[in-house]
Amino acid sequence: MTDLSLSDHAIAGKTAPPSEARAFRLPTQWLGVAPFFIFAIMFLILPTLYLVLGAFQNATGTFTFDNIVGIFDPPNLSNYIQCQYDSWISWADGNCRLPTILAAYWISIKISLASSLIGAFAGLAIAIAIVRGGLPNWIRSATLTFSGVASNFAGVPLAFAFLATLGRLGLVTVILNTVFGLNIYAHGFNILSFWGLTLTYVYFQIPLMVVIITPAIDGLKKEWGEAAATLGATTAQYWRMVVIPVIWPSFLGTVILLFANAFGAIATAYALTGSSLNIIPIVLYAQIRGDVLHNPHLGYAIAFGMIVITGLANVFYIWFRTRSERWLK
Amino acid sequence: MKSGRFWAWVVFALGAAYFFIPLIATVEFSMRMRRGVYSLDAYKVVLGDPRFQATFGYSVLAAVFTIILGVLIVVPTAYWIRLRLPQLRPIVEFITLLPLVIPAIVIVFGYIRMYGSNSPLPFLASGRGTDALLVIGYATLALPYMYRAVDTGLRTIDVRTLTEAAQILGAGWGTIITRVILPNVLIAVLSGAFLTFAIVIGEFTMASLLNRPAFGPYLQNIGANRAYEPAALAIIAFAITWGCMSLIQILSRFAPRSANRPN
Repeated sequence: MTDLSLSDHAIAGKTAPPSEARAFRLPTQWLGVAPFFIFAIMFLILPTLYLVLGAFQNATGTFTFDNIVGIFDPPNLSNYIQCQYDSWISWADGNCRLPTILAAYWISIKISLASSLIGAFAGLAIAIAIVRGGLPNWIRSATLTFSGVASNFAGVPLAFAFLATLGRLGLVTVILNTVFGLNIYAHGFNILSFWGLTLTYVYFQIPLMVVIITPAIDGLKKEWGEAAATLGATTAQYWRMVVIPVIWPSFLGTVILLFANAFGAIATAYALTGSSLNIIPIVLYAQIRGDVLHNPHLGYAIAFGMIVITGLANVFYIWFRTRSERWLK
Repeated sequence: MKSGRFWAWVVFALGAAYFFIPLIATVEFSMRMRRGVYSLDAYKVVLGDPRFQATFGYSVLAAVFTIILGVLIVVPTAYWIRLRLPQLRPIVEFITLLPLVIPAIVIVFGYIRMYGSNSPLPFLASGRGTDALLVIGYATLALPYMYRAVDTGLRTIDVRTLTEAAQILGAGWGTIITRVILPNVLIAVLSGAFLTFAIVIGEFTMASLLNRPAFGPYLQNIGANRAYEPAALAIIAFAITWGCMSLIQILSRFAPRSANRPN
């Protein structure tokens, strides 16, 4: 305990030869962060690496690409391509079916992309409205507080809230039907569908966007607007040449963060749709619970694919963030 | 500027509608249990359900242990990074962000494969071990939020001067961390703690895959089998999240302001 002392180090630096002091202190320096690194390695990095390595091994432990190839399911994929080609040739809707796992990835990517884009634009509009719109001050603080709550209101309860709203007996469904005579379910809407799930995800995406992007909007200095006006810029020019170039890196960065946020989410979808909508976290969940694919290593490969997608998204995020930070000092 | 304000109101009103209609619908739905009249029957049924009490109690306990574990790991690390090893800051920040990149379902899948009964560290061989693994998993999920909260708190105090002053007065490392640093960042730690609490209470994936009797899987189970109770539970969950966030807001007003960061 005591040989870690800072004052010892300060005195040692002045009196003792530095090399000796260094040799003595070096291991103890690291003791302070050792618990964190041991924790992170054991419970974050190793389990992930274990899956990543497992994705490239077969049951006997030999190195193989079979699992990764298994995700793409070549026979079914070539059927799909053939079917697409045939229906293109014959101008018909061939109703082609992607291999299950690929289809699950695809629908997950689509839902994540749609909900992150809708959430990002709506969140940006709200952030601009509360920062720049000349609304009373209490609206700004109330919106930010509510956003803090709503961005954490994901998961199972959110699914219940949307069933109560847009389910077959939900308030909005019933009101639209009785007051306006519009039966949205007869018109093909379903809360258990792509758009139903996207609309639900947007509920936690918008507030997250508001929370993250508001500081960036705050960072737009008033002087820039005044300078632009002095130079004779119109409002449109000010937006096109000042606001958008400054905002877009943090905007794009946040879109990517929202994408990763939606891509890994399972609880909302599972509570909403059970296992009827085949998104990739639900496929992986079913695989872990019941080994439905009869090959644990294929499960590893699915997990690996999820890490690759969210990892790529975050590489972009970091890149955009470093670009945006130049402006928002 | 006038038209700007008009559009700001329109955007705000649309946003407010999108966020309040589901809440109103959920409240309305939760009171429809008794035919023909509004009643609080669903809430009575839910709150009186022994499984509600058991699973909620389990999750509260898990949240408390998660917060303790998170504080034990994060506070000394963030402190030590600020004091002695600033060169490690980017690495530690990167690691604390990883749980946002790696989906929870992937992390828990790794646990299941690595810490099974036949492994060198058989967490999953016993109920207590699985509970511990669940708390550990929650601590990893909370890591990004906890670390950022504590690090922001540390930024507002002069860690080096406080440490040196304490050492001159003869304090050891345990005393410095528990009696000098922790009280100074307590508000930051508490806001991290409430966020952790809000995350842990409704968490579904990890608890469900580790087969623990937590609140999240109970919610899911009720949702699959009942009509009106889920809406009541959603309102209760929303109230809990709201409570945690309000406490963070209130606490942040008491947070110390330093000379170099006046706002």
